[in-house]
Amino acid sequence: MSVDMLSYLFIGGSFLLYIGIAVWARAGSTKEFYVAGGGVHPIANGMATAADWMSAASFISLAGLISFVGRDGSAYLMGWTGGYVLLAMLLAPYLRKFGKFTVPDFVGDRYESSTARIIGVVCTIVISFTYVAGQMRGVGIVFSRYLHVDINTGVILGMAIVFFYAVLGGMKGITYTQVAQYCVLILAFTVPSFFLSAQVTGHILPQIGLGATLETGQSVLATLDQLSLDLGFAQYTAGKKSTFDIFCLTVALMCGTAGLPHVIVRFFTVPRVKDARTSAGYALIFIALLYTAIPGVAGFGRVNLIQTLNGPDNAGTEYAEIPSWFKNWENAGLLGWNDRNGDGKIQYAAGAAFDGKKGKPSYAEGDERGEFGQRLATNAKTDAGFDAAKQPFANEVYVDRDIMVLANPEIAQLPAWVIALVAAGAVAAALSTAAGLLLVISTAIAHDLMKKTINPNINDKQELMYARLAAVVAICIAGYFGINPPGFVAQVVALAFGIASASVFPTLMLGIFYKRMNTQGAIAGMLVGLISTVGYMWYFVFGGGNSADYFMGVSPGGFGAIGMVLHFIVAIVVASMTPPPSEEMQRIVEDLRIPRGAGEAHAH
Amino acid sequence: MSISSESAKAYWGENLRIIMTYLAIWFVVSYGAGILFVEQLDAISFFGFPLGFWFGQQGSIFVFVVLIWAYVASMNKLDEKYDVQE
Repeated sequence: MSVDMLSYLFIGGSFLLYIGIAVWARAGSTKEFYVAGGGVHPIANGMATAADWMSAASFISLAGLISFVGRDGSAYLMGWTGGYVLLAMLLAPYLRKFGKFTVPDFVGDRYESSTARIIGVVCTIVISFTYVAGQMRGVGIVFSRYLHVDINTGVILGMAIVFFYAVLGGMKGITYTQVAQYCVLILAFTVPSFFLSAQVTGHILPQIGLGATLETGQSVLATLDQLSLDLGFAQYTAGKKSTFDIFCLTVALMCGTAGLPHVIVRFFTVPRVKDARTSAGYALIFIALLYTAIPGVAGFGRVNLIQTLNGPDNAGTEYAEIPSWFKNWENAGLLGWNDRNGDGKIQYAAGAAFDGKKGKPSYAEGDERGEFGQRLATNAKTDAGFDAAKQPFANEVYVDRDIMVLANPEIAQLPAWVIALVAAGAVAAALSTAAGLLLVISTAIAHDLMKKTINPNINDKQELMYARLAAVVAICIAGYFGINPPGFVAQVVALAFGIASASVFPTLMLGIFYKRMNTQGAIAGMLVGLISTVGYMWYFVFGGGNSADYFMGVSPGGFGAIGMVLHFIVAIVVASMTPPPSEEMQRIVEDLRIPRGAGEAHAH
Repeated sequence: MSISSESAKAYWGENLRIIMTYLAIWFVVSYGAGILFVEQLDAISFFGFPLGFWFGQQGSIFVFVVLIWAYVASMNKLDEKYDVQE
C-alpha cells in the first residue's frame, strides 16, 4: 500500500478511536466536565498528563530544534522534564488537598479575593491561548503534508475534531481520549527511533545508540562534531549561547512546566493526595520515554541529513538524484534549494541559502521551476554567511526545523507504515494538547468568571452550558491563530512557559509554603510577573527590539525566570507591609500540608 | 484535624527536609552538571558521550524520574509514621 493510503488509514482510524471514546465518556455533570469526576487511576492520569503535556512542539519541533542547535537544546530537554520534579514535590499534592477545579479557583480562594481570581483567569487565558495557537498550526502542517489539503483546511479539520471531544466529553472525555492518544504518539515516536538507531548504529535503543561507535571507528557524536566543523557549523556537542541565558531559559521552562494550568488541572482528577504524587511520577516516566529518545533522533537525523544532501564524497548531490522526500517538502514550501554555483548539485553547509529572514525561501503564486526542475524562490540571491576559510562551499539549502521528525523516516528510507504512523502520532500530540488547553480556557470562563464572579446563582446545568459555549468560542479563536500564526510553533510555545513561570508558579508556591502571604502581595506579584514578562517578550519578539539590548543577555524565552524573581520579591515585600491573611485562611493553609481529608475537601 | 499541632509541625518539618534534599540533587544534576560545569565534565568520556553533554540531554532526565519515585516512597513512609495517610 502507498504511504498516502496508509496515512489516511492510520489518521482516519485514530480519529474514529478518539471520537468513539469521547462518546463513551461523555460528561453529565460539571464535576465530570471539569475533573472527570475525580476518580481517575494514577496510571491513566499519568498517560493523560503525558499526552496533554507532549504537544506538537515536543513531537514535531523538539528533535528538529536539537538537531540544528546541538547542545544548547539541553535547556529544552531538561526544562520540559525537570519541571515535573517541582510539580510533584511543591505543588501537586497540596493543590489536590485544597481540592479546587482550576488554578484561578485556588488563587481566588487562597487569597480570598475576586480581584486575585480574575487576574488568575487572565493569566490562565493568556498562557493557554499563547500555547494553543502553536498547536493548531502544528495540526494544520501535518494535515497539509499527509492529507494533501492546504494548511488552512487542515486547521479547520483539527478544530472540528477537537470540538467533538472537548465540547461533548469535557475532562472525562479528554482524559480517556488522551490515554489513547498517548499510546498512539509514543508508538509513533519510538518505533521510527528504534529503526533509525538500528540503521545508523546497530543498537536498537536511541538512548544508547547516540553514544555508539560507528564502523569508521569514530563515535556518533565525534562524527557529528567533525561533519559540523567541516561544513562551517559550530561543534554539535558545544554550546553557543551564554551560560547565563541557558540557565534562565531552563529555569523558565521548568517553572513554567510546573505552572501550566492545563497540567496542574490534571492533578485534581485523581482520588487522593498520595495519587497526585504517584501520578506525577507516572507522567514523568511516560514523558521520559519520548524525551530520552529525542537526542538520538536529533543526532541520527542530522547525520543522515548531511550525508544524504552532500552525498558520499561530501561534495553535493545532483538534484536529479535526490530522493523524493526532498521534492515533497520542497513542494510543501519547507525546503528550498538555491543553486548558487549553477552546478546542478545540492550542497549543504553553514550560512543562509536565501536572502531574507532566517534564509527562508519565499515562493510566488504559481509554480515556477528552474532548469533542473527545482522550485524557484523570489528571494534567491544572497552572499551572506559564506566563509571560504571554514567551509568547502556556500550553503544552497534551506531546511525548516519543524520537518525533521516528520521527514526523518523518509530520509532514512523506513517502511511506508512507519511514515504513516508518524503522521498519526503527530496529529495525536497536537490534538491532545489543544483539547486540554481549550478545556482549561472554558473552565476558567464558565467556573471562575461566570459562576464564581459574575453570577453565583447559576445552577450546574447552566454552568455546563457556559463551559461548552466557552469551549466553542475558544476553538474558533484558536483556529484563527492557527490560520494566522504569530510565529513559528516552538517559539510561541516557549513564550507560554515564560508567562506561566512568572505569573502562576510563584503565586501557587507562596500560597502553599508562605502562610503569611496575603491578597495584596499575591495581586502585586502576579501583575508584576505577568506584565514584565509579556512586555519584554512583546518588545523583543514582535516590537522590533534588538538582541543587543537584551537585559543581561537574556533572550525572550528565558525572561520568565527574571519575571519570576521579580514576582517573588514584589509579592513578599508587599505582603510584609500589609496585614496578614485571616486566621481562618492561615488554618486552612496549615491543613493543606496534611494529606488526610482530601476527599472531604473535594466534595463541594 | 485528627492530629495534634505539634505532630503536624514535626510532619511538615520532615516534609520540608525531604523536599530540600531531593531538590538539592535535582539542582546539581541539571543546573550543575548540565549547565554550569558542563565544559569541565565534557572532558570525561562516558559510554561514548562527553559526560556534561550526556547529563544535559539524557542523564538529568533519568535522575528526575528516580527522584520523583524516591520522593513518593519517602512521603508514603512519612505519612504512615505520622498517621496522616488517607
